[in-house]
Amino acid sequence: MAVIDQSAGARWRWSVLDLVVIVFALIPVLWIASLSFKTPATITDGNFIPREWTLENYRNIFNTDQFVRALINSIGIGLISTLVAVVLGTMAAYAIARLDFPGKGLLIGISLLIAMFPQVSLVSPLFEIERSIGLFDTWPGLILPYITFGLPLAIYTLSAFFRQIPWDLEKAAKMDGATQGQAFRRVIAPLAAPGVVTTAILVFIFCWNDFLFAISLTSTERSRTVPAALSFFQGASQFEDPTGAISAAAVIITIPIILFVLFFQRRIVSGLTSGAVKG
Amino acid sequence: MTTQIGQTAEKPTTHRVRAEKKAKVHLSEGKKAERKLGWMLCAPAAIVMLAVTAYPIIYSVWLSFQRFDLKFPDQREFIGLGNYVTVLSNQYWWTAFGITALITVVTVAVELVLGMALAWIMFRTLIARGLVRTAALIPYGIVTVVAAFSWKYAWTPGTGYLAKLFTDGAPLTERASSLAIIMLAEIWKTTPFMALLLMAGLALVPEDLLKAASMDGASGWQRFTKVMLPVMKPAILVALLFRTLDAFRVFDNIYVLTAGSNNTSSVSMLAYNNLIRGLNLGIGSTMSVLIFIAVAIIAFVFVKLFGTAAPGSSDEGRR
Amino acid sequence: MADIVLDKVTKAFPDGTLAVQGFNLEIADGEFVILVGPSGCGKSTTLNMIAGLEDITSGELRIDGKLVNDKAPRDRDIAMVFQSYALYPNMTVRENMAFPLKLAKMSKEEIDRKVDEAAKVLELTALLDRKPANLSGGQRQRVAMGRAIVRSPKAFLMDEPLSNLDAKLRVQMRTVVSRLQRRLGTTTVYVTHDQTEAMTLGDRVVIMRAGAIQQVGEPQELYDYPNNLFVAGFIGSPSMNFLVASVSDGKLRTALGDFPLGKRVRGALDSTAGDLIVGIRPEHFEDASLIEDSIRQRGVEFEAPADLVESMGSDKYVYFTVEGEKASAAELEELAADVGSSDLPASGSNLVCRFSAESRVKEGDTARVWINLDKIHLFDPSTGRNITLHEGRASGVTA
Repeated sequence: MAVIDQSAGARWRWSVLDLVVIVFALIPVLWIASLSFKTPATITDGNFIPREWTLENYRNIFNTDQFVRALINSIGIGLISTLVAVVLGTMAAYAIARLDFPGKGLLIGISLLIAMFPQVSLVSPLFEIERSIGLFDTWPGLILPYITFGLPLAIYTLSAFFRQIPWDLEKAAKMDGATQGQAFRRVIAPLAAPGVVTTAILVFIFCWNDFLFAISLTSTERSRTVPAALSFFQGASQFEDPTGAISAAAVIITIPIILFVLFFQRRIVSGLTSGAVKG
Repeated sequence: MTTQIGQTAEKPTTHRVRAEKKAKVHLSEGKKAERKLGWMLCAPAAIVMLAVTAYPIIYSVWLSFQRFDLKFPDQREFIGLGNYVTVLSNQYWWTAFGITALITVVTVAVELVLGMALAWIMFRTLIARGLVRTAALIPYGIVTVVAAFSWKYAWTPGTGYLAKLFTDGAPLTERASSLAIIMLAEIWKTTPFMALLLMAGLALVPEDLLKAASMDGASGWQRFTKVMLPVMKPAILVALLFRTLDAFRVFDNIYVLTAGSNNTSSVSMLAYNNLIRGLNLGIGSTMSVLIFIAVAIIAFVFVKLFGTAAPGSSDEGRR
Repeated sequence: MADIVLDKVTKAFPDGTLAVQGFNLEIADGEFVILVGPSGCGKSTTLNMIAGLEDITSGELRIDGKLVNDKAPRDRDIAMVFQSYALYPNMTVRENMAFPLKLAKMSKEEIDRKVDEAAKVLELTALLDRKPANLSGGQRQRVAMGRAIVRSPKAFLMDEPLSNLDAKLRVQMRTVVSRLQRRLGTTTVYVTHDQTEAMTLGDRVVIMRAGAIQQVGEPQELYDYPNNLFVAGFIGSPSMNFLVASVSDGKLRTALGDFPLGKRVRGALDSTAGDLIVGIRPEHFEDASLIEDSIRQRGVEFEAPADLVESMGSDKYVYFTVEGEKASAAELEELAADVGSSDLPASGSNLVCRFSAESRVKEGDTARVWINLDKIHLFDPSTGRNITLHEGRASGVTA
């Protein structure tokens, strides 16, 4: 532990452990991918690796309005919610991390409260409220709760980033002749950019993932996102087993996540651990 | 020439001089500008958060005091605590509560242990560190229902490889086994997040401390329990707090895996069923309020009794 | 180039604590002034007020004759070097140094010219395209200074710029700072808590304590003629030795023996009662065997066993333990707390004497030590005042 054992034996042991972790993490993903490639005939054969391969499931779901609309909804709602949450969160996080004003503690408390909130408690009133003001089954109907629940995450991650920027830099900029605005734009903002990217990724993952709000506050493909659509999937016809279709859809919506994680692993880890852990 | 300021014999006044390290930096407009800027920057976020939560919560409480079923909108009336009596004396509620508590306790406990192990591996592995961390993030990022479907199909007799390997019957149709599967799904999904939070705590343990303990003759296990765990305690408590609150809210996995059949509903499932399926706003709101209270109690216990520090409220970074 | 005048400048915090009180100082154009004192004495606050990073509660600050109390830092035309250097991490050295000029909207050619000039002066030309993360501590320090000099400001403010460097580098950089200031002739206000830096760098040194100025003067003056106990103990390393003394039969009684008192000093003493504190610098002791007879009578001698002898090569530092009560006063406690020695157990005092290298004293020997009475100071413990000072000059106790 304290003396790091670099021997070949140690490397083997770590490799085994790594492999266990990787296998464990990937099995469900591989399984559902495997299901998505199975032909309707073999889908119930219980084998991990498909005996017969087909792309039929993918073709089918892209033909349905249901899935394509849901995909568009997820992407659109996710992007908009992320954008708004990140913009608002950046402003608030900067203020919390660098400025002093009364009510700061209160704001932090509120955002913590919301982070711990049981979402189902919000579903009931929102359901009724959105119904009465016509937001039910619309994009804003989902965007608003997503922003609300994404903000604590954004504020928490971003204020950790802002706090890491040395305070002296703003003073130096002021001495060099910058106004507060110039100091922010030319010195602080570029340094915060990585933090903003990380926060955007985390918030987007959160929105992409949400299920409860999606199934409670939507009813048609006008605004239904993919997780909700998945659970309402029928097959190509009423009698057909939707397993293949669901699997294909599941794989499609997992791809962006895998890409994010692949390219931004360092950032995500850094963001979630508030920078305590270096890549 | 020596210049004397004031009288030579004058001692500094008895006013205590604050350490200049606490001095704040601001323009000559003074604190007012900073305050205004602070409020303006926070206002939009605060407004959105409060508008979308405060009002609905109050509305929810108000709804809970009414008999309000959307299927019979004319029978809406104010009944005070009547709904609460109904729910709290209802066997389904308490069953769901028990299930939720069970799932919470078991999954959090298992995740703590596994998460610690995973944190250790992610932090210390000699090879393929990036790969391991990437792989570990996938359960975190994947859509919960996707994973739930994967598990569902895996355990469906005939279709699933796990069903084929481990059992003869249909594990998802029996209570005990389906609960176990639900917990497995939860653990799979959230252990990485727990591991990440713990890894943050791990990273803070000073290397020197471990070396000193090693020199003092501590074994690996002793170093873990006597040096690392105490230093990590705040991080562990925060991780526990967040995970416990999260676990209490379990919904997605249950919905997909069993839809609550065989008495496997959690409180969130129950509330959803009453509200969105049953369209009973009165009862649904009542359950929502009760769940909120339960969550608040858990958080209170953690913060007050265990001394969990609320993250994000420190002043570091400001000179 | 400009002069800076602080006229009764005071800084009070909202809860009433005074960080700086009634600070009066006139800094001439081109002068190098050092603010020095223990932590919490108000030196950085004063610097920040000059910079405009802190509000002035009362009093006036004039730069070049113009009142600047309410001007923002960017309008004061002064540059600052920070203890942490505060280099912009995402910019190269060149961009860091060009930043203030870009904000001033200078043309690109002019910016390049000034940056290259400053880089040459500070020997940074080879590093212009590197980012701060790829620089050593000393290099970063020079870039910070470079950023300050490109603007040719009216004054430089430096807030403990060398504190983050290791000891050897600090000594080197001290000369760089000194030479730079002399070459550019810019008025400089420099804050440090290290009295060695204060002594070696400044034209004039301002010693501060708890927000008030204790003494202002050239380094040698402060060393030879400290106004009070605090200045005496703060300046000089190893610091002045302090002993309890009392007056009886017209003589000064100390644990080292009786010292004769001159008429003037005796006269100044009549008005004070009680114990006094004697202050003797280490170099005003000597191995008695090395003193010529003609000089010996100007002092007194004592014998004591040498606890510890440190051979520095150029001198020997000999440590004695003096029995009896330890000299105590508020100032001495504060100085000890600042150094961190207030927790060390000490019964009796530690006496540090600097003997010349020829001395043969070894540990355990009983040494015969000579004290130069012309150079010792007498302090009144209740006020801290230096009683031996006469018209700003100390003349020992025999006058």
